[in-house]
Amino acid sequence: MKARVYVMLKNGVLDPQGEAVRHALGSLGFDGVEGVRQGKVIELDLTEGTTEATIEQMCEKLLANTVIESYRIEVL
Amino acid sequence: MRAAVVVFPGSNCDRDMAVALKAAGADVSMVWHKDAALPDNVDLVAVPGGFSFGDYLRCGAIAAQSPICKAIVEHANRGGYVLGVCNGFQVLTETGLLPGALMRNANLKFICKSVDLKVENSNSAFTSGYAAGDVVAYPVAHHDGNYSVDAEGLKKIEAEGRVAFRYVDNPNGSVADIAGVLSENRRVLGMMPHPERAVDEGHGGTDGQALFRGLIDQLVTA
Repeated sequence: MKARVYVMLKNGVLDPQGEAVRHALGSLGFDGVEGVRQGKVIELDLTEGTTEATIEQMCEKLLANTVIESYRIEVL
Repeated sequence: MRAAVVVFPGSNCDRDMAVALKAAGADVSMVWHKDAALPDNVDLVAVPGGFSFGDYLRCGAIAAQSPICKAIVEHANRGGYVLGVCNGFQVLTETGLLPGALMRNANLKFICKSVDLKVENSNSAFTSGYAAGDVVAYPVAHHDGNYSVDAEGLKKIEAEGRVAFRYVDNPNGSVADIAGVLSENRRVLGMMPHPERAVDEGHGGTDGQALFRGLIDQLVTA
């Protein structure tokens, strides 16, 4: 089984990289980009039957820093 | 005073840290990240700068899961002293020993220069060699030194007087100009600037000497 973990900076945490991408899009002539947030996607190849609770532990312990990041798990 | 300097794959300030500690009079041993225990009777653990594990995932995240970090957390929980500089600071926030996190510099650039820091208080072993209000110059060399902590966390840190150093001219976007922060018991210090790179005339300045000397004086008399 596969799972995908999306890690994003929490709302309210300034994302300097996202801001830089927004500026770059503006300078390429793409008007109307009001905000960009950049995050990570982590794909996990897991033994069948791995529970979502286990994946959640992986996120809490390592994959996300919950001080500044939030995560979302998608089991594929 | 016995100090241990931790070495991770990718550490590059470990020997500078050892030299600075030895020059100040400490008995220094190096410990490898796979070691599960610290040497006996260690007073201070120094977590040096560098790019542990290539900064993969997040700076300090993989190092924080290493066997030696478990021992460091236990050492700190027993009231032991820990100094984390640069990547070492990032490791300490990842272990949860210090609040907050270090994010990408606000200007997205790697910053490598000497910066002026204001010593916020001399009320810790690390800052006992200075007077509150002293301005010292230490080098910084980092890409992810933008200290971030939520409003509640910041309020707590400020109320408890746990900001050890503040940037005079904030180079990286850190909240409240914070360059170094202490733990609740004031025995764990994390900072982005490098005191160990300011201990010899050849470094261009010796403002860092007082940090190591003050620390060792305090620990010897403790």
